[in-house]
Amino acid sequence: MEEFVNIFLMGKKYTVPSNLTIMGAMEYAGYQLVRGCGCRSGFCGACAIIYRIKGERDLKVCLACQTQVENNMYIATLPFFPLIKEIYDINEIRPTEQIMMQLYPEIYSCIGCNACTKSCTQGLNVMQYIAYAQRGEYEKCAEESFDCVMCGVCSSRCPAGISHPQVALLARRLTGKYLAPKSEHLEDRVREIENGDFEELLEGLMQKPIEELKELYNNRDIEE
Amino acid sequence: MYTQEMLDSVKKVEATRKERLGMEPRRMTAEEKETLLNRYHPDYRQENFSVLKIGPNKGDKVPDELAVLLQANSRVKDLDIDLTKIDYDTDVLIIGGGGAGASAAIEADEAGAKVMMVTKLRIGDANTMMAEGGIQAADKENDSPAIHYLDALGGGHYANDPKLLHKLVTEGPSAVKWLNDLGVMFDKAADGTMITTHGGGTSRKRMHAAKDYSGAEIMRVLRDEVINRGIPVVDFTSAVELILDEEGRAAGAVLMNMETGEYLVARAKTVIIATGGAGRLHYQGFPTSNHYGATADGLILGYRVGAELVYADTIQYHPTGVAFPEQIFGALVTEKVRSLGAMLVNADGEAFMHPLETRDVCAASIIRECKDRKKGVSTVEGSGVWLDTPMIDMIHGEGTIENRLPGMFRMYEKYDIDMRKIPILVYPTLHYQNGGLKINQEGLTDVENLYAAGEVVGGIHGRNRLMGNSLLDIIVFGRNAGKNAAKKSKTIKPGKLTLSHVEKFAKEMEDAGIKTDCVSPKLLPKYTHRKDE
Ligand SMILES: Cc1cc2nc3c(=O)[nH]c(=O)nc-3n(C[C@H](O)[C@H](O)[C@H](O)COP(=O)(O)OP(=O)(O)OC[C@H]3O[C@@H](n4cnc5c(N)ncnc54)[C@H](O)[C@@H]3O)c2cc1C
Ligand code: SF4
Ligand code: SF4
Ligand code: FES
Repeated sequence: MEEFVNIFLMGKKYTVPSNLTIMGAMEYAGYQLVRGCGCRSGFCGACAIIYRIKGERDLKVCLACQTQVENNMYIATLPFFPLIKEIYDINEIRPTEQIMMQLYPEIYSCIGCNACTKSCTQGLNVMQYIAYAQRGEYEKCAEESFDCVMCGVCSSRCPAGISHPQVALLARRLTGKYLAPKSEHLEDRVREIENGDFEELLEGLMQKPIEELKELYNNRDIEE
Repeated sequence: MYTQEMLDSVKKVEATRKERLGMEPRRMTAEEKETLLNRYHPDYRQENFSVLKIGPNKGDKVPDELAVLLQANSRVKDLDIDLTKIDYDTDVLIIGGGGAGASAAIEADEAGAKVMMVTKLRIGDANTMMAEGGIQAADKENDSPAIHYLDALGGGHYANDPKLLHKLVTEGPSAVKWLNDLGVMFDKAADGTMITTHGGGTSRKRMHAAKDYSGAEIMRVLRDEVINRGIPVVDFTSAVELILDEEGRAAGAVLMNMETGEYLVARAKTVIIATGGAGRLHYQGFPTSNHYGATADGLILGYRVGAELVYADTIQYHPTGVAFPEQIFGALVTEKVRSLGAMLVNADGEAFMHPLETRDVCAASIIRECKDRKKGVSTVEGSGVWLDTPMIDMIHGEGTIENRLPGMFRMYEKYDIDMRKIPILVYPTLHYQNGGLKINQEGLTDVENLYAAGEVVGGIHGRNRLMGNSLLDIIVFGRNAGKNAAKKSKTIKPGKLTLSHVEKFAKEMEDAGIKTDCVSPKLLPKYTHRKDE
């Protein structure tokens, strides 16, 4: 037997099967989604939801595609939030402390209320990653923020008007480009290829008849 | 969360785990694989394919659902679109805001062309964002582009276009370097060595990853770079028909605002189709791992102006889609779970195959286990087999799952399933469009000034793509298309715009006796359950 629950989409009541995600429930209710639906798998951050269970005090947040409906859920979608995205040239900037000060000075106005962390749909320690960004500890900020889907919910709750996901993205790009150790083997290989080192081998393979290629493939040694 | 039947079966899995830890299941012989595929792979189920009656691939077989859309009415057929009223004018028009589109945009911009992107949802609402496992590139000492070539060729059933494959493997390392230099955080050891693993069908560990957010990490960086460069991105706007000039060259597209339904005209000197895959067509009723906008639009747009398709009959079913819980039915369980050592185990706790066979073989084998051998575990939606995830921490040490598969771990945790302690249920899901628009080495389709890149393209991967070669292909061929389209645009003087091919196509349909109410491209799947429909 299918069980049903009542949910309230922007305040309007719909009765939907209890086993659906919020996204599935909206579609069940008849919404043809355009906004607020991207990957349907918890990666793109298009489907942020703010909700309250009737009678409960605390306001909750989640991703619509990743969360099952509950009875008496009051649901508001947050398909867009006006974040600040500063423009920079990744080749010009450096991972200095000043760069955050220049691009996202508002992070220094954080009052430590922790609302961002409490509201993160990914359960990240957002206040902590902002603290790392303030101190120019970009690798730590990058690590702490890595699973951010850039849904913007934290920013919607921040009294200091910080655009957390953009701050984190900058920290990650700085880390990836400047702070992470260089991969020598990668640089070497790129040079070897530019040199044409593998051309003969490849050309040789490309000329071979299929039967011979099959032989080679079926008997190739596989790294343990 | 699991049913009693599932829990009983878990006991059997646990009982054999210790013994399985020390052994490696036998790999199938070439003949065994062939028999298996012929009997169980959905691509071989002829009753679900139709022969195309018109167009450049007349006489070829494609999945029923795709055939209907390829031979459907244009959305602009009876509309009076005024092509002299140009809403957007650009050198290079890029259709699709995924990884291929973004890479193309960056390179075309770098080459000095005026670029514009249009995309159905937001930039990054795309299959690229969802790739978990990683990206291949032969950059290790024990590896080489030639070994990569052979792996991809065998995996693709020797049907890959040799020249395109050559390009893929030789430009692999520089693609990874390009991403690294843009700030993508690849998993690295302290000395900078890339941490690489196997994927199904690889003979060297060449899968580079950014935890299990590989695609997301790449996409976020590319998107940021597109914005930093000031490249205009028109979101919630789909291309619904290409526009040609009098000489039959691509010269723009009719766009549709997804929110208001308004039609707009974009004029361009060259056009790049980067619209991705087709999972949301749900071939043969399969669930899909794809994003919401994956409806094969690019194939339709290209086909109508005469671009040929290759291998449009080959679809990749990812062996490990979520079989349970039903809320995330069809979502992807990354192949990395198997790369890290989790085995595929049936209801009786038997490891019924080597976990790192190629995807098609793996999918067929799971289908056989469930359908024929009746050794699947029943779920609401059908059945599934176990993916024995607790093996991962046992092999690589505690914390590996949380560290290397945080996205996966989180997804299951939301349904009270702790994949570190208890195995998960999987069944094949519709994952990747192996075939698509035919291109040459420049990324050009059969139609002049019409380029294509990414999952919308066919030929690079033959009849089956290996994990990690798609993220690579969107970067290599996305960049390539961007550079070439930019260069070409400098030589073009815009001609008079026309949609005459729409009429021509309608006439062909009529002559072939095709009568249909269907309009295409599809743009979005329909999941509403309204009583009036
Ligand atoms: C869940 C999942 C996991 C994966 N894991 C891996 C992996 O580990 N390794 C790997 O190599 N590959 C992986 N793949 C495959 C790989 O991610 C994709 O094949 C690849 O990213 C496709 O990139 P793309 O740019 O061609 O298409 P997409 O990234 O899908 O982008 C296409 C874009 O075009 C837009 N669009 C579509 N139609 C229109 C239209 N008519 N007008 C305007 N815009 C339109 C779409 O909305 C989207 O934004 C995975 C795929 C999925 C779904
Ligand atoms: S940190 Fe903010 S933007 Fe990122 S996932 Fe959490 S709530 Fe969303
Ligand atoms: S919500 Fe804003 S002010 Fe409060 S802790 Fe987070 S960043 Fe600081
Ligand atoms: S739709 Fe992408 S996170 Fe939910």
